[in-house]
Amino acid sequence: MSQVPADLRYTKTHEWVRIMPDGLLEIGITDHAQHALGDLVFVETPEPGRRVSAGEPYAVVESVKAASDVYCPVAGEIAAANAELASSPERINQSPYEAGWIARLRPQDATAVAKLLTPADYSKLIEAEGD
Amino acid sequence: MGRRTPLYELHRSLGARLIDFGGWDLPLAYGSQLDEHHAVRRAAGLFDVSHMGILDVRGREAQAFLERLIANDVAKLDVPGKALYGCMLNESGGVVDDLIVYFLGAERFRVVVNGATRDADLAWMRAQASRFAVDIVERVDLALIAVQGPEARAQVARLLAPAEAAYALALGRYRAAQIGTLYLARTGYTGEDGFEVMLPGADADGLWRRLNTLGVISCGLGARDTLRLEAGLNLYGHDMDASTHPYESRLGWTVALEPRERRFIGRGMLEGVLAGGSERKLVGLELDGRGVLRAGQRVLVAGGREGSITSGTFSPTLQRSIALARVPAATAGTVQVDIRGKLLEALVVEPPFVHRGAQKGSQIQTKGST
Repeated sequence: MSQVPADLRYTKTHEWVRIMPDGLLEIGITDHAQHALGDLVFVETPEPGRRVSAGEPYAVVESVKAASDVYCPVAGEIAAANAELASSPERINQSPYEAGWIARLRPQDATAVAKLLTPADYSKLIEAEGD
Repeated sequence: MGRRTPLYELHRSLGARLIDFGGWDLPLAYGSQLDEHHAVRRAAGLFDVSHMGILDVRGREAQAFLERLIANDVAKLDVPGKALYGCMLNESGGVVDDLIVYFLGAERFRVVVNGATRDADLAWMRAQASRFAVDIVERVDLALIAVQGPEARAQVARLLAPAEAAYALALGRYRAAQIGTLYLARTGYTGEDGFEVMLPGADADGLWRRLNTLGVISCGLGARDTLRLEAGLNLYGHDMDASTHPYESRLGWTVALEPRERRFIGRGMLEGVLAGGSERKLVGLELDGRGVLRAGQRVLVAGGREGSITSGTFSPTLQRSIALARVPAATAGTVQVDIRGKLLEALVVEPPFVHRGAQKGSQIQTKGST
């Protein structure tokens, strides 16, 4: 059974969003997603300063099995990327919601997060997918 | 729901992630696929490969039939217990399947074929057998467990009585023996030493659990694939199939052209290929840098010609991507691979990439000095 922390918001494409004290959004992929992908071997993180729109691929995670795009949950500008993932992609497998964060985003519209899936909605979604 | 091996319930209870593989429900991994891979390179792991077909060929003309059926020559099996790797070919010289033949005794052989092709293989073999005095019996009563890794043989021996253990440990490579209810073969598909164990399906669960207790970890098809690719071993349906012949599949060594009077199926076409030369070949590729080579990606070679990757993965041992690719025969040096729209340089290398734990080491690191 995958973990779905109660303090985050989610997307249908298995990304999570955390609102940080400074107003930035920390983003990554969910426990369900990392489990489905299997052991990650490469992560391509975005360049800080890059502007991304909602639903646009901003990172690539590559497992032993397959390469997958990671989509940006809301529009904004990349403020930082997790440099540790270049040498330790397994952080996403081991700690998808903490050490495995992918990027920090300065949102274009801070209220956009409220439109994302709640933990309860996301739990239902992955249950339907057979989690 | 797919077909199930005798170990299906055990896999479920061990928390395996099950996938469909050629119509069979089999474990992809139990935990981390990478951990399972490393366990086999460093210690030992076990695999359920009961989906593979175990076909006993018996009868007065069993040897003559197999000499006709298989491009390698079963006459090399001069004493019981010897095993031989080879291919069944079609009349065009294409590979129907690759297999291992074990010589059980007078007029008795055992053929182990791929799981995804076993029904088609059985039909092909029965069709070819019609002119020979042989019976082909599918041993659905047997399970097949591969125990692989530098410690694998010693771990299996711990389950045997002392005299049996000594006998098992004395088996040479590509040798097999019936020891109690176990048919133990010193064969495998990982590039490591080990045994493939055929045993009554009802006993498989017990053997698996006892090996787990000894510290031999359960491994899935994911690790099996990265291990075999590091070892430079072809996967049927990917690296060769009915449309490719052995000489363009790095399997020329399995074709026995002597004695010349042995008319195995496909021989005529292969002689034509040898006379004219193969247009294509199967090579190893290593990627220098990030990214993963995967089956189906285009390979661009000098002169504007193209090939394609037949199997690709991330090598957990080398920590970089490796592949097998079918390319024009003149290909050498470096090639470009189209990975998700980007052209990345890869080095043409001679497999295996890794052999018997003693890693060959990356061939890329020596590129500058050669």
